[in-house]
Amino acid sequence: MTMKKLLTAAIALLATQVALAGVKIEHWVSPSGARVYFVESRVLPMLDIQVDFAAGSMFDPAGKSGLAALTRAGLDLGAGKLDETAIAEQMADIGANLGGGADTDRASVALRTLSARDKREPALDILRTVLHSPRFETAIFEREKARTIASLKEALTRPDSIAGKAFWAAMYPNHPYGKQASPESVAMLNRDDLAAFHARYYTAANASITLVGDISRSDAEQIAESLAAGLPKGSAAPLPAPPQAPKGGLTKLPHPASQAHIYIGLPAIERGNPDYFPLLVGNYTLGGGGFVSRLMKEVRDQRGYAYSVYSYFAPLKQPGPFQIGLQTKRSQAQDAIKVARDVLDGFLKDGPSPDELAAAKANLTGSFPLRLDSNKKLLDNAAAIGFYGLPLDYLDQYQARVQAVTAEQIRQAFARHVRPAELITVTVAAD
Amino acid sequence: MRIRHVLPVLLAPWLFTAALANPYETTLKNGLRIIVKEDRRAPTAVQMVWYRIGSMDEVDGASGVAHVLEHMMFKGTPSVGPGEFNKRVAAAGGRDNAFTSRDYTAYFQQVPKEKLDEMMQLEADRMRHLNVDAKEFAQEIKVVMEERRMRTDDNPQAKLFEQMNATAFQAHPYRRPIIGWMNDLETMTAADAKAWYDTWYVPNNAYVVITGDVDHQAVFALAEKHYGPLEGRALPVRKQQIEPAQEGARRVNVKAPAELPVLIMGYKAPILRDADKDSEPYALDMLSAILDGHDAARFNKKLVREDKVAQSIGVEYDATARGPGMIYLHGTPSEGHSVADLEAALRAEIARLQKDGVSEQELKRAKAQLLASQVYKLDSMFGQAMEIGQTESAGIPYQQLKRMLEKLQKVSAAEVQAVAKKYFTDDTLTVGILEPQPLDGKPRRPAVAIRH
Repeated sequence: MTMKKLLTAAIALLATQVALAGVKIEHWVSPSGARVYFVESRVLPMLDIQVDFAAGSMFDPAGKSGLAALTRAGLDLGAGKLDETAIAEQMADIGANLGGGADTDRASVALRTLSARDKREPALDILRTVLHSPRFETAIFEREKARTIASLKEALTRPDSIAGKAFWAAMYPNHPYGKQASPESVAMLNRDDLAAFHARYYTAANASITLVGDISRSDAEQIAESLAAGLPKGSAAPLPAPPQAPKGGLTKLPHPASQAHIYIGLPAIERGNPDYFPLLVGNYTLGGGGFVSRLMKEVRDQRGYAYSVYSYFAPLKQPGPFQIGLQTKRSQAQDAIKVARDVLDGFLKDGPSPDELAAAKANLTGSFPLRLDSNKKLLDNAAAIGFYGLPLDYLDQYQARVQAVTAEQIRQAFARHVRPAELITVTVAAD
Repeated sequence: MRIRHVLPVLLAPWLFTAALANPYETTLKNGLRIIVKEDRRAPTAVQMVWYRIGSMDEVDGASGVAHVLEHMMFKGTPSVGPGEFNKRVAAAGGRDNAFTSRDYTAYFQQVPKEKLDEMMQLEADRMRHLNVDAKEFAQEIKVVMEERRMRTDDNPQAKLFEQMNATAFQAHPYRRPIIGWMNDLETMTAADAKAWYDTWYVPNNAYVVITGDVDHQAVFALAEKHYGPLEGRALPVRKQQIEPAQEGARRVNVKAPAELPVLIMGYKAPILRDADKDSEPYALDMLSAILDGHDAARFNKKLVREDKVAQSIGVEYDATARGPGMIYLHGTPSEGHSVADLEAALRAEIARLQKDGVSEQELKRAKAQLLASQVYKLDSMFGQAMEIGQTESAGIPYQQLKRMLEKLQKVSAAEVQAVAKKYFTDDTLTVGILEPQPLDGKPRRPAVAIRH
């Protein structure tokens, strides 16, 4: 065996042991007050960093829907001494990528870079500048505002977007989750709104920083603190009152499309809710288990009504939706809705059979290694655990928590959270 | 050369040594090739079975049959009932799916590594023993029609792209959509799908790619056990179908409900046939990275950010394929600008490129991104299997991947300018335009009553 081969074998063996030892998420609070989560992974010479702020669209001030998204989008369009071109070019010069975005809860800035010091240091310099001193230049802001308005107008012609917006508006009539950016709301925004939103929400106390990759704990500590230290100390963002149960009902919107888009659901649970595991395991049988769920069997396999049909729970900071979705030829929309409702009602009444429960557990526990087999997946998991304050041993406990779920717990959890009288149904382009 | 100094810093030494022996390959007596790439970073494995058969092998009147058969592959064999395949994969803690392209049809499972044996057994079973049941077909063809409605009929950009290809290609089968024309789906029968399967689904028309925490010798033994007993069979001769030279620009307009117009300019372009001898496809690859590789790449910087003539802009070029190639420029004009404005701006950019070429700085930047991406791609086992499978599907041996990277690193600014001059020419241009239509006669107010 040559020296090189010996080296390969030794490192490959090491890598295996690291992977099999489970995921160790290290956690600390940086001196400046940001929560930090770190997974050391030495297999590939790369580093991923994600900085999450409680600065998603739920924090849009009244009448300023779209502000959170535009603020996030503006961060890397000019910061400190760098204009937008310099930021993009300098990142490209070292092969690094800046990503992220804003959803209802979180605004994220993500960096992927090679871990060699001469690559990662300049990448981190840019990341710090973007986080700490975005310029929000007026001319660039106006350009992005116009592009955002055009995209929103385009989305209002697409049946899936129309249905999605109407669905959230109906589920959350008096909660920020139901308020969405519109061409009109974005038109009202100005450059100072972005700067104010950044100053209030992009703070150390409102941040969680996740690092995954080829660095040591002490490097991670130093990097995290350098990211946090340039942010205002700030305070954690207070949450609005939780959403109230909506009055169930049907919203039927016209559209010339050949297919109807159908959503059925209601606000269900927040992250960390103890009913999460019964709902997760139960929903596998109902509509979560890809090709083997009851919805798939009845709507697609038995009747050929739809290409895609599913259900899921999307827990958020505050109760996020339970949702069933499908698309079908517009003339058979009412039949498809009836089948989907019958499947749901049957499941609410009886829960899963013993065989179905066993199949759900087998898949959810058996597929666990697939949830963690890349740095990207480790980052997603660790960042979510950090941002939502889930227990650090969440991943270690996952399989046991799934295994412990009983059929009775599933029936009870579904009865608590999926109340038929409160279900919202939205159709677009249904006859 | 400067790049040589960069490489050792970028790549850990084991990546080099691993590349020497890994992946491993064997060919069974029935002609089935098995390619194994060991990657022991997590206890999982990916199996992909690639059939050298795609929509380009279909004939007129039967478009979409390659994709329909892909759906039927989940409908059972004498030993595995309808729907049972998915159940067995799910029970194993796995995920599975399949995809059909112009060039190939591929099936995959991602599983904990202990389950690879069972996955190979399942794939071997359906390679030669599929039931194409008439009742199952009758349901599934409806599902495929719903898929077409979702992907194409109600998606204005996809519809435009479908029409673009039907215009740019007139003789070559790339003119037909992968999902098939709706009328062909309506007249398709179970017998059509069965004939397709019987003709093309044989071990000597397939290869298996496996990546993950596996030992290649053990995988070869499993392959012999499960796939070895299957019999190969001679394949029909596939006649070459060469698209006649295009001699003049073509234009196609599509009307669909939308807010924003879309412009696609597609130019005929060469495809990589010999990874070692060819050079132009590499130059086109670098060209598209320079034009569209990052947020401040040429097109976005000039057309979206500086001149504000575009709402969005992009470039697509794929250097590997079985059939002919194209390089597509696509975009949407910004508010206050027309498609004609955007086309003029793109033409001005092309003229500048042809006259002045690209800078060393731009080229160096594109190469740095390419090098880094070689490390990032190792983060995904699925991605690594895809890369091997797709390269092979185009007739390029996966062993050439390293050579292809070297060739890309050697592309010069002069070569980039030369391909820009040679291939951005009106004679081989097809222009596609999406003309947005109001949803109901009242533009920009979609949520108003419509009667059908």
